[in-house]
Amino acid sequence: MGYTLNFAVVWTNLPRLLGGLLLGLELAVASLAIGTLIGVAGGFLSVGPSRAGRLLASFYVAVVRNTPILVIVLMLYFALPDLGVRLDKEPSFVTALSLYAGAYLTEVFRAGLVSVPPGLSEAGKAIGLTRLGIAVHVVGPVMLRNVLPALGSTFISLFKDTSIAAAIAVPELTFQARRINVESFRVVEAWTVASALYIATCFAIAAALRGLERRFPKF
Amino acid sequence: MPSADTPAAARPLLRIQGLHKRFGATEILKGVDLDVHRGEVVSIIGSSGSGKTTLLRCVNLLEEFEGGEVVLDGEAVGYRRSGDKRIRLKDRELARQRAMTGMVFQSFNLFPHLSAAGNVMLGLRKVRGMGRAEARAVAERWLGRVGLAERADHAPSQLSGGQQQRVAIARALAMEPKLVLLDEITSALDPELVGEVLATVKALAVEGATLLLVTHEMRFARDVSNTVVFMEKGLVAEQGPPKAVFGAPKHPRLVEFLRGTRDR
Amino acid sequence: MDEFLTEAWDARDVIVGGLLQTLSISALSILLGTALGTAVGVGLVYGGLPLRLVARAYADVMRGTPVLVLVLAAFYMPSVLGLHLQPFSAGVLALTLFCGAHIGEIVRGALQAIPRGQSEAAKAVGLTFYGVLLHVLLPQALRSLLPPWINTCVEMVKASTLLSVIGVGELLLRTQEIIGRNFLTLQFYLLAGAVYLVVNFAIERAGKALERRVAFR
Repeated sequence: MGYTLNFAVVWTNLPRLLGGLLLGLELAVASLAIGTLIGVAGGFLSVGPSRAGRLLASFYVAVVRNTPILVIVLMLYFALPDLGVRLDKEPSFVTALSLYAGAYLTEVFRAGLVSVPPGLSEAGKAIGLTRLGIAVHVVGPVMLRNVLPALGSTFISLFKDTSIAAAIAVPELTFQARRINVESFRVVEAWTVASALYIATCFAIAAALRGLERRFPKF
Repeated sequence: MPSADTPAAARPLLRIQGLHKRFGATEILKGVDLDVHRGEVVSIIGSSGSGKTTLLRCVNLLEEFEGGEVVLDGEAVGYRRSGDKRIRLKDRELARQRAMTGMVFQSFNLFPHLSAAGNVMLGLRKVRGMGRAEARAVAERWLGRVGLAERADHAPSQLSGGQQQRVAIARALAMEPKLVLLDEITSALDPELVGEVLATVKALAVEGATLLLVTHEMRFARDVSNTVVFMEKGLVAEQGPPKAVFGAPKHPRLVEFLRGTRDR
Repeated sequence: MDEFLTEAWDARDVIVGGLLQTLSISALSILLGTALGTAVGVGLVYGGLPLRLVARAYADVMRGTPVLVLVLAAFYMPSVLGLHLQPFSAGVLALTLFCGAHIGEIVRGALQAIPRGQSEAAKAVGLTFYGVLLHVLLPQALRSLLPPWINTCVEMVKASTLLSVIGVGELLLRTQEIIGRNFLTLQFYLLAGAVYLVVNFAIERAGKALERRVAFR
């Protein structure tokens, strides 16, 4: 055990690490946004009247949830150019993570929709709202509040999954930590600081989320 | 009493003819006929499972029905005929027709994400197309009439059951429906809260609103109605003015039913 | 298509080898992680304050850190500390630690869901703490444990792909090597994806069957 801790290299590289952290957060936010669009559509499909729609939604969920995210990331980045679709690293990764998030969020929104008491849509019907009007003004807002905690934990998972972007050399936190590790051999320092940054960020997100949940009290 | 014996000049506001409704193999409504005239208050009584609530839900098109007709102010609702076939109307049409009737539910069904005023305003804004300020004014007026002017900005969860139900009544009435349907609106309430809700409905009846209601409150039905309808096994078994129905019931099942309710 | 089939046939031994590697990584980390996680879960619920704090810190650190970071840390860190781990062992170590934290939380939830009266009744019969745990609490926790445990198994199979980054020759790394030779990128990634799908579907199926058997008792 001839190893002495020396965090100097890590501190001089701190801007890089923090930049990587910020990039990871951006990737996660973008994927959450796109994934939410997919998930809302998938959620409505999976409780909707169309059998084909329900099948499509459950097929999408089953395939994506059982495929490793790294395989999806690599496939989109390396294989899509063969089909003539050329995306930069970041957009390619966001596409992959959005597809991944969309499947989990389809489940989240499906459960959220089921949790809205049917009496509410009936009350919406009774005042003369159309199906779309009920979805937008009644079921949608109630569901959103119900899924807020699940949405938050999905965001935390997505943020952690952005580390996978290192595999296609997106310079996010894990990539930067590995660079410091390889360049300086300050191995223990690089990984403990990276890990601490991830953990702190996850806790911060979770705390912000609890604040948000308090601001919008449960019905 | 008005309309029931006014001459034919006034066609009924609501005419239900030969209404049939089944859930799977069980037939819930077996050919119900019922007229409700403008300004009339009609109470439907009967044991649970007799089809009262289903009848109300058919009128508001919350249920589909397999046979018969519901005609509201001269317009057949829910279906159109194409040759021999009945075709369910499109969502937009159903929504327009539903807006002609108001419905108050047993379980209030207030929108939990909106304030009391917001609940009343939603239909005014999105269905009637009112601006925010106008809808707010109308909502406040109606909340005032059900005695909840000061609670306009409370969330439903901050209101008692009785208050919630009065908001629901304001929500239905603010749309100025031709007909108001009230489905056992006091059944989910604690006994001490029933009075305030019934008083609200009574005030509406006095003001001339047309009401079709399902109730278990026999005394209320007697006090407020022009006509009482007794339903039994998916059919109207007996109907008439409250005095006759409660004072001199003819149908043996009605006699038995009234004995069972112990004059609540 | 023909080219793909020929290439796939030629690479069959490599693919099967990679799959076996994937399965042993997953099985090992699930088994070790379940043992570790059960201890962590019991510690979280019944431990004294120091044990609870340690278990809580462990679970939070592992669950707050991306698995890839755990894998890379387990790969790079031991050698500078004078410990020599093969990539395979380092990877399994990382996945086990990760799995243990998740199972720990699952076990904690399941144990806390059991009504207090159960352990009181068991103590009243004269069982020791371990007797109560072994014969009364854990068997009851099993039913609510099973669905999330199956879920975790699927997650571990998926997470095993991360070991390709540190050069463990599991299915994904083997696939990448094959692609490096024949450039059939899309086809072989799809093939790998399909194999993972089949494995995970099989796990879910087996899990559902198991759940039914537990439910009948």
